[in-house]
Amino acid sequence: MTMRIYAIAVFLFLYVPIGIIVLFSFNAGRHASELRGLSVQWYGKALSNAFVGDAFFTSLTIALSVAVLSSLMGTTAALALQRMKGKMRVLFDGLIYVSVMVPGIVIGIATLVALVTVFDFLNPLLAALWPEGIKPPKLSMGYASVIAAHTLFTMSLVIILVRARIAGMDRALIEASMDLYATPWRTFYQVTLPQIYPAILAGFLLSFTFSFDDFIISFFVAGANTTLPIYIFASIRRGITPEVNAIGTMVLAASLFLLMATQFLLRNKKNRGTSE
Amino acid sequence: MSVQSSNTQEIDIEFRAVSKRFEDVVAVENVSLTVARGAFFSFLGPSGCGKTTSLRLIAGFDQPTEGEVFIGGNSVVGVPSHKRPVNMVFQQYALFPHMDVAANIGYGLRQRNPKPGKADITKRVDETLEMVRLGGYGKRKVWELSGGQQQRVALARALINRPTCLLLDEPLAALDRKLRREMQIELQTLQRDVGITFILVTHDQEEALSMSDTICIMREGKIIQSGSPRELYDEPVSKYVADFVGKTNFFSGEVVDSNGSSVSVKSVSGQVFVGLQAKGAVPLAKKSKASIAVRPEMISISAADETTQNSDIVIQGRVMNRIFLGEHSEYLIATEGFGDVLVLTPKVLESHSKGFAPGDQVSISWGPEAALVLGDT
Repeated sequence: MTMRIYAIAVFLFLYVPIGIIVLFSFNAGRHASELRGLSVQWYGKALSNAFVGDAFFTSLTIALSVAVLSSLMGTTAALALQRMKGKMRVLFDGLIYVSVMVPGIVIGIATLVALVTVFDFLNPLLAALWPEGIKPPKLSMGYASVIAAHTLFTMSLVIILVRARIAGMDRALIEASMDLYATPWRTFYQVTLPQIYPAILAGFLLSFTFSFDDFIISFFVAGANTTLPIYIFASIRRGITPEVNAIGTMVLAASLFLLMATQFLLRNKKNRGTSE
Repeated sequence: MSVQSSNTQEIDIEFRAVSKRFEDVVAVENVSLTVARGAFFSFLGPSGCGKTTSLRLIAGFDQPTEGEVFIGGNSVVGVPSHKRPVNMVFQQYALFPHMDVAANIGYGLRQRNPKPGKADITKRVDETLEMVRLGGYGKRKVWELSGGQQQRVALARALINRPTCLLLDEPLAALDRKLRREMQIELQTLQRDVGITFILVTHDQEEALSMSDTICIMREGKIIQSGSPRELYDEPVSKYVADFVGKTNFFSGEVVDSNGSSVSVKSVSGQVFVGLQAKGAVPLAKKSKASIAVRPEMISISAADETTQNSDIVIQGRVMNRIFLGEHSEYLIATEGFGDVLVLTPKVLESHSKGFAPGDQVSISWGPEAALVLGDT
């Protein structure tokens, strides 16, 4: 009984604030603290706000790039690690877990310092080496730096997910495929890939969500770009408006939709089975 | 260059002084063997004896550390498994869970270059399904099938490629006892029908004895003895082989006399047994440790007061236990000085009486041809 009360209390603590944000996003009034009838006017305001639109597309571009890069690199890294033996493997495994545990703020600062140092070294060099008359490129913080910093973290998540899946996979399946005349490459896409694909997809979505939601790392390395979380943070400093609540609710709805879509896709795939 | 004499059969698989080491572990040590085309050959031994490694060396999943493996007369050292004309049936079948039965069976055909036409693949898959008595199962999911059906899909997936040699890694281990018997017969029939070489790996002596033409008994990476099931059963070269193939009573002692094939062994209790030595066995020196092996079915049993004729050895004992096995009865006889002795009596010999009950005093005996002398290795 006590356990049940605990559970209810924990769930209330988790979900009541979210519920309040959703509720207040429909507030007809102008102030976030008092509810004056229901309306969707703030959704209209948020959607017609050019700054919100820009920030959203910035976040989307970054998150998609991060998801694609980390799924590709994470999967190949996981496959390579699976073949590794001995001390090196232990070392790499350790490093991967460490990189997942490193706090966002440390990744943010470390990436910022590292990038600034590298840029300061490379920019004069590039300027000196570039042919006369053409404007030399200048490296600076921007999309690439955010994508790199996010991928650094999310790639480890993909590696961990895919590694777990490979470990759970019957090694004999790969041998069976080779035995049945399939080349290593054909074996990979006919047997290994269909087996580990749910983990890759899960890693893709996790990376996307992480990158899309991230504030701390982006704040350090985004340079002049404004992602959606940075925009929200900036507007909150001017007071919490129902517009911010509306943005939050939309992000929440989109995330939930994505999650459910993945679940649906995965289950459907499993039930159907495939044949040529 | 080896000279092939005209009366030898064509050789399908050959090992020449093959060794395989994994870091410090020697899995296979200096093994040489030949398997004739169309033979049913078995590797028999306990786990870790090197039998599975030997099979993997043929399949190409592992490469020998030393020596050479030949398939159809060609050295396959360095040839990857997808380029070898052999196919394997895996212990847990290793069917592809994301494909249906037909897609699993047609997998090997689809990898061929040039790839056969769709209609051709479908036709051959259907034929193979019929062959393993799974007609109409093509669209089923592999995980919906029973163990025996999965086993047949695994067989079909390998056989459809018409390999020169089929490798079977403990193929029946996952089946229950009754199904195992059925599959043993089915495999034997199949092998005769398709006429290709079968190489079986098993730890189950009954399986090896009932199916193979040739059995190779392995231990710690080495071949201990290879021969027909009959040879291994009747003329084991060592105690290990006798113990592994069938049930045997052992009486250990010391060699006191040896003249060629016949050896006398004095047991701990002072009794002198005379037995034959198998042809291939290492000759035993005087005073060396040896065992007398007597198969349970070679021992006859009679009431203690009955006189026995034509017997070399007569030992008194008491019936401890009797297990009725249908056509046979298995007795466990406690003897003085020779431990417990297992005796197998056919029902026909018992029909005149009701057999013996636990507690009965009996005498057991065997003739001079029944005993074999084996070195203690």
